[in-house]
Parts: sequence; C-alpha cells; structure tokens
Amino acid sequence: MYDALFGPFVEFEFMRRALAGTVALAFGAGPIGVFLMLRRMSLVGDAMAHAILPGAAIGFLVSGLNLFAMTAGGLIAGCVVALLTGIVARMTELKEDAALATFYLLSLALGVTIVSMKGTNIDLLHVLFGSVLALDDQTLILIAGNATLTLIVLALIYRPLVVECVDPGFLRSVSRAGAPAHLAFLALVVINLVSGFHALGTLLAVGIMMLPAATGRFWARDITLMILIAAGCGAFSGYAGLLISFHSGVPAGPGIILVAGALYVLSLLFGHVGGLVRQVLPQRHLEA
Amino acid sequence: MRIRRHSIAVAAAVLATVLAAGPTVAQEKLNVLATFSILGDFVRNVGGDRVAVSTLVGPNSDAHVYSPAPADAKKVAAAKVVITNGLGFEGWMSRLVKASGTKARPVVATKGIKARRQAQDKGHSHGNADPHAWQSVVNAKIYVANILAALIAADPAGKATYEANAAAYLEKLDALDKDIRAAVAAIAKERRRIITSHEAFGYFQDTYGIAFIAPRGVSTESEASARDVARIITQIKTTKVPAVFLENVTDPRLIERIAAESGAKIGGKLYSDALTDEKGEAPTYIDMIRHNIRQLASALATS
Repeated sequence: MYDALFGPFVEFEFMRRALAGTVALAFGAGPIGVFLMLRRMSLVGDAMAHAILPGAAIGFLVSGLNLFAMTAGGLIAGCVVALLTGIVARMTELKEDAALATFYLLSLALGVTIVSMKGTNIDLLHVLFGSVLALDDQTLILIAGNATLTLIVLALIYRPLVVECVDPGFLRSVSRAGAPAHLAFLALVVINLVSGFHALGTLLAVGIMMLPAATGRFWARDITLMILIAAGCGAFSGYAGLLISFHSGVPAGPGIILVAGALYVLSLLFGHVGGLVRQVLPQRHLEA
Repeated sequence: MRIRRHSIAVAAAVLATVLAAGPTVAQEKLNVLATFSILGDFVRNVGGDRVAVSTLVGPNSDAHVYSPAPADAKKVAAAKVVITNGLGFEGWMSRLVKASGTKARPVVATKGIKARRQAQDKGHSHGNADPHAWQSVVNAKIYVANILAALIAADPAGKATYEANAAAYLEKLDALDKDIRAAVAAIAKERRRIITSHEAFGYFQDTYGIAFIAPRGVSTESEASARDVARIITQIKTTKVPAVFLENVTDPRLIERIAAESGAKIGGKLYSDALTDEKGEAPTYIDMIRHNIRQLASALATS
C-alpha cells in the first residue's frame, strides 16, 4: 500500500518534481479560479489561455523550448489581449465578453500560424501539451515563484476583490480600489496560466484553475473555505493524477485534469451546498 | 558530396568510353528501379553513368509504412531491372510487380546473406528474418555483388564498366568496415551497449559487437505517461547502459530529464532504414554508416 501510494515519489525524482510543480500550481490557480467563477468570468480563463499562445509561440520560434522566452512571450501576449479588451469594452459599444472573444480568437489563429510556420506538428504538440514529467529547476522555480506572488497579491487586493464579487455598485460608491484591483487580478490570471502552460500546456492549464474552483463551490458558502477547498482539490488531483499515470500508463497531464474532473462530478452529485442529490432528497428543516 | 559523385560519374564515363569502345556509348541508359533509397545508392555506385536509377521509397521515408501508388506500378513497368532487398522487407513488392505487368524479374539483393532472426516481432514484423541486413558493411558487399551480377545480366555490354565501378566501391566499403572496427575497438568493452528504439541494428550488433537493447515502454505518443518514463529510467539504471538513443521521445525537455535522472548520455539521431536527401546528414550509404558510428562513438566514449 505504502509502495503504491508513495513509492513512485520516493524512487523517482521526476515524480517528486511533477508533484511539487502541480501542488504549487494548484495553490496559485485554485484561488484565482474561485474569483473567476464568482465573478462569472469562468470562461475568461479559457480565452486568456488561448490568448497567450502567440506570445509563447514567438518565444518558441526565437529560441526553441526556452523557458524565459516562452514565459515572457506568453505574459506579453496575455497582457496585451487583456488591455485591448479593457480599452475596447470601455471605448466602444462592444461588451467586455465580445471584445475578449474577438481578441483571443485572433490571438489563437496568429499563434497557430506562427507555430506551424517553422515547426512541425510535433513541436506544436509540445506547446499545446506541457511536460509535467520534465520540470527542470528553472521551471519549478518559476511556477513556485508565480504561486507565491499570486498569494501575496491576492492577500493585498482581497477586500476589494471580494466586495466586487458581491456588490460592485457598493464598492464603486465607497472606494476607488475597484479598477486597479481588477487589473491586478487579470494580471494574476495571466501569470498563473503561463505557469500552468509550462506544466500542463495551454489546453489543460485552465483545467487546474477552474475545475477545483467549481468543486469548492459545492462544499462551501464561505469564500475563504471555498478557496481552501479549491487549492486542496487541485493539489490532490495533481497527486492522484500522477499516481494513476504511473500505475496505468495514462498520459500525466490529462490524467491530472481527469482526476480534477472526477472530483467535480462527485461534488456536483453529492456536494453539501446545492449538490444534485441534496436537492432531490427531502431536506431536514431547522426546528426549534 | 555532389562533387564527389560527379567525379565518380565522370570517371565512369571515361572508363566506359575507353573500355566499351565506341558504339555502345551512345545507347540509352539502363532503367533500374530499386525499392528504397539505400539500395538505390548501391545501384548508383555500381551502375555509374550507364544506369538511370529510380526508387520507390525515396529519401527520408520509411519503407515499413509505405503503400504503393498507381504511379509506382508505372515505374516498375518501365524498369528493365528491379532490385529488391528481400527477407520480407518489401511485403508489398510481389503484388506490385504482378500488377505492373513488368517482364523484369525482381532481383533479391540479399541473396547469399545469412539472415538473422528478428529479435522481436513488435509493430512491424517481416516474418521471422531480420531484413535490415545492410547495417553490416560485410553484408553491403554482398548487396553490391548481387547488384553487379544483375546489371551485367541486363546489360552485358557494360560489364567492364560495372566491374570497375563495383571494385572501386568495394574498396571504399572495405575502408569503411575497417574504420568501424577501429572506432568500436576504441570504446571500452563494457561500454559497448546502448538502448535504442530502433530495431534495425541486429546485423550491426552481430558484426561489430555493440549491443542494441530495446527500451521498455516508451511510446511514440505525443505525451508520455509517468509509467513510461519510470520504466526507461529503471531500465537504464539496472542495465547500466552508458547511452541511450531515444528518437521516439520527441520532447527535448523530457529527454533531458531522463538523462539527468538516469545518468546516461543521450545520443543524437541514428539513421537506419532510409537515407536523407542531399542536404541531410546521410545522403549516401557510406555517409549514413559513418554518421551512425560517429554518434555511437561520441556517446559511448568515456568522459
């Protein structure tokens, strides 16, 4: 039993690295996911993940699978799309979701074009699917650093962020912290996607952000608890996904996200707060 | 490279003029078809200027996954001589010959080579014989002899030319063989082992004494599983192989990780079943073998 559950991590360094990477990722991305979900921006993560592709692709073209170049490219592309979206939403008739949709689609098309121009399909696959089994020191430091930064910044902008989730009108009437907090938050989304992109690839990076957050929603009403559950869920998915990949031969990245998906489905059915089974079963009423 | 081949061609032409004495020189070239690029290179070297060589499976393509197209039947029909590898390498050939309606009887270039049994029948099976006989230069010389006989039979007037070409080429092959043995001798005995996904080096192993061990588990899929990576690392550690050649792991980051964790060196590309085009690293058979032995020697050398 001990061998099956911990043996792989004791024996193989790449397993330990993968675990450390996914846990750090889960701690950064989980809280971000919760805020995205509460602000009805769940799909923004997905859109932004596509938006960072051309930046990462240009970095890849310039210097191959180079951590720094791809990270910088991804960050720049993500921030440009976020900024352009904000500007268009504010200056024109287009709403924010439509503005984001246009820019991320353009960005995605550009990214695929750039990657195909030089690389073969195999190269493209490395960009789309990360390499959680091949995390080197630099990548680990980047992921852990991003997670740390995320938690610190979140702590700083926690108050306006929570108030804006609940009552944006009220926040605007009492404080001017709303806009800067929103921008900082968007930057955190981009940073975490770039982190996730190195470990899990652009397609699955969103998974470790949104699935644990949605899972947390079924177990807690309180936002603090929700964040804790989301982070814990993400970390557990990383651990279980890697184990499953080790024992059954499933590819590691998709394995991790599938575990997160399974947790979500279980919560959807049996969750404490608004789970389907709970809604169907007669509720016990509070009695005096 | 082109220059060298050119000079061979020129030399062959001069020889032809001198030896074949007048009238035959103006004749049309002998149309020879070889099934894949390595055979094509042999034919080109023996036939020189007197033959026009075409190949069914060209440079950089894998004969294992080739499937004939209608245009290929036309090529076969147009050929005066058809050279095949045999040993079950071209499973599609007999039907293609029948379909093309050619009168040329396919010549088997491996005739007289003692076939070794296939190490394992995984994925691509050629019956039981291992068809990759050209990986041993000793065998390559038999290929050349068979091709020489076939060309002379089809074009007796060119006999002297072909024999002269073949003799020159055999000399080069002898030198190549000697170089390989010298390179292997320079490697410490206990280090003459690599892990590779190639299954084509059986004859090389038998002739020159470098063991090629098949890797366990690593697949060609775009994303490896933790199990695959763990297996290959365990295998490298337990067999204490000094180097691995893992072409089917395409992610360079993953390869680095495997190397860092297992302590093995990661070798470059080995060519086995096909030559590259003119600009590549292995445009001819001799270049290919030299490239491979360079890769092996640098990966296995004690650091």
